[in-house]
Amino acid sequence: MKTTINSLKKGDKAVIKSFDVDVIPLKLLEMGCLPGNLVELLQIAPFGDPLYLNINGSHLAIRIETANEIEVEIIKN
Amino acid sequence: MSSQNINVALIGNPNTGKTSVFNQLTGLNQQVGNYPGITVEKKIGFCKLTSNINADILDLPGTYSLNACSMDENLVIELMLNKKDKLFPDVVVVVSDVENLKRNLLLFTQIKDLEIPTILVINMADRMKYKGISLDIPYLETQLKTKIALISTRKNYGINELKDLIINYESLSVEPCLNASSIDEDYFNNLRKAFPNQLLYKLWLVITQDVNFQNLERKEVKNSFTKSHSDLKRLQQKETIKRYQFINDVLKKGLEINSKLAKDFGGKLDRVLTHKVWGYVIFFAILFVIFQAIFDWSKIPMDWIDSTFATLSNFASNSLPKGVMTNLISQGIIPGVGGILIFIPQIAFLFLFISILEESGYMSRVVFLMDKIMRKFGLSGKSVVPLISGTACAIPAIMATRNIENWKERLITILVTPFTTCSARLPVYAIIIALIIPDNPVFGVLNLQGLTLMFLYLLGFGMALFAAYILNKILKIDSKSFFVVEMPHYKLPMFKNVAINVIEKTKSFIFGAGKIILAISVVLWFLASYGLGDNFKNADQIIAARIENQSISKSDLSNKIAAFKLENSYIGIMGKTIEPAIAPLGYDWKIGVAIISSFAAREVFVGTLATIYSVGSSANNSTIKNKMGAEINPVTKNKIFNFATGISLLLFYAFAMQCASTLAITKKETNSWKWPLGQLVFMSGLAYLVALIAFQILK
Repeated sequence: MKTTINSLKKGDKAVIKSFDVDVIPLKLLEMGCLPGNLVELLQIAPFGDPLYLNINGSHLAIRIETANEIEVEIIKN
Repeated sequence: MSSQNINVALIGNPNTGKTSVFNQLTGLNQQVGNYPGITVEKKIGFCKLTSNINADILDLPGTYSLNACSMDENLVIELMLNKKDKLFPDVVVVVSDVENLKRNLLLFTQIKDLEIPTILVINMADRMKYKGISLDIPYLETQLKTKIALISTRKNYGINELKDLIINYESLSVEPCLNASSIDEDYFNNLRKAFPNQLLYKLWLVITQDVNFQNLERKEVKNSFTKSHSDLKRLQQKETIKRYQFINDVLKKGLEINSKLAKDFGGKLDRVLTHKVWGYVIFFAILFVIFQAIFDWSKIPMDWIDSTFATLSNFASNSLPKGVMTNLISQGIIPGVGGILIFIPQIAFLFLFISILEESGYMSRVVFLMDKIMRKFGLSGKSVVPLISGTACAIPAIMATRNIENWKERLITILVTPFTTCSARLPVYAIIIALIIPDNPVFGVLNLQGLTLMFLYLLGFGMALFAAYILNKILKIDSKSFFVVEMPHYKLPMFKNVAINVIEKTKSFIFGAGKIILAISVVLWFLASYGLGDNFKNADQIIAARIENQSISKSDLSNKIAAFKLENSYIGIMGKTIEPAIAPLGYDWKIGVAIISSFAAREVFVGTLATIYSVGSSANNSTIKNKMGAEINPVTKNKIFNFATGISLLLFYAFAMQCASTLAITKKETNSWKWPLGQLVFMSGLAYLVALIAFQILK
């Protein structure tokens, strides 16, 4: 199974590896969601969705279905 | 000495304090209007830079980039591409936030590619120490080929430096700061060859964006250089990566963050405010305070306005010379104006809270908290903002749906927002509740009237959610669901921003709605004061003949004549015509008149009754409420506004679609007559049905 942002636990940091450009909105790319950038899971909303992330210094929230499309590599502390 | 005028455009990401910069530059010299044909708000301010240099400052809608995905963002691009537009800027000021500089610079590099003189404002400089940030301004200025103003609108410094930069805009470099066309050399070289006189980045925007573009045959560009949607997006991704590479390189040397010095207060606050229990508790507590303010705190100024206008009307009719004009003023215009001004306290409170919640950054946390729940109803977390704003007015609320990315979620939000109890319903509710619900305490602290009002608000929200749930099941729209919401850092709201926002919003509401209400009041007065046929003309004789053998006082006689005249006036005839249709709901022809006249704007209801009862009775100095409460059905001798009729009216107004402006805005935002007509038929049909059932059970 591939590791995506959805696999992160609260407080985990990861590097974005790849995603299918067609399913990720351009706006998200512009906010810094690009291969090679850092992502950290800050909070999970009460019912498990959406996810509150720090991507490349930007604080933003996305839904799980989008998070599932973004492959990452978790950084071990 | 001739004076010079500079056109300045303020551009920036949302949450960078762009509007604070605008307010600092212009003070209260602002004009808020609409761009022709569309409902995007246009804010222009005026700033005197020196004794002979003035600046017109345009505050453009916040945007993350020049790749537009909403009407507001389209507007930014259209203006930036159209040199002939009279608003086209001589100089662009890009406002950025020192804590989000990396992301904010993306838009800056795009603007620079348009080769317009550009100043970079780095705002919120007061946060640098707190976050351990230090900047190498000269290095950044060289790399970004611009001049930088480091400012803090909160601590009030740097604005004069910005003004100096604006004055000297002609010395700014117009050279792009990176070469974005290297992402596909061949493609861009061909483009350059085909249109040698055009700016390359402009052409690229024309190809990728859906905007109007003058001076250039758009079809021609599109046909010969078109690519599949997927290929274009791949190129746009490459472009974005390219820009970020450049920004990262620049910031590596130009910006330093000492994480040891950085404090993370926001993170702690987030843990509480988005907590699975406390998050909701706090949200509902805030909602409670808002409603408390609207229902309770605003009562005092509203009662004061109501009685002031009753006195004023009385004063006018007594002191002005008797005649048609005096009647028009005392019975048409003064009650009409009063009916508008009475809204001010409630609207001001509502906009006060909404702008504090938005300024502080809390609204995004609400979106985050509510998204999963709202999605069960086919809505988005972002629908919460329109639904809350809807308690002020559905028009700004529907405009606030623009940031919902998913079309189906957005459409459903637009369709159900008018169910939330807007401030126009409030006077209708207030007066009917006061007439039929006793002013009794409940459990010591609460009040029965207040509880009824709260129930009506909950009913509105509940109906909005229920309708959304049904629409979600019925509508077959397949649209890609995506959702990105920025979580800005927490800020203490700035008094000046909140105050200006409250004043502007209240003003535009009062004037916008006011014109209609005033016009309708005057027309109503006319329709109620004149009539057709012998009955109206010979009212005096007819009444005199009827009571021939009875002895009644003089004032009773003139009341009877006035009531008979009203019944036979134009408006009386209209009310009588629809009476058979509304009698099963418990309404008489006077209420019928009020319903007809409030068809275009529900707040007219109270004004209409005020006008009707002012015309129909000599007791001018009593308030509208007293007049309505005293109204007796001539046949049954019961009060007209009894419990069953009152409840039926409350429910009718809770659901009926009686607002021409909302229908117009739905048409504009959905670009089709289908949806506003659906709203009208469905909501009003539901209102009739529910009111009918309620009256038949309760009577």
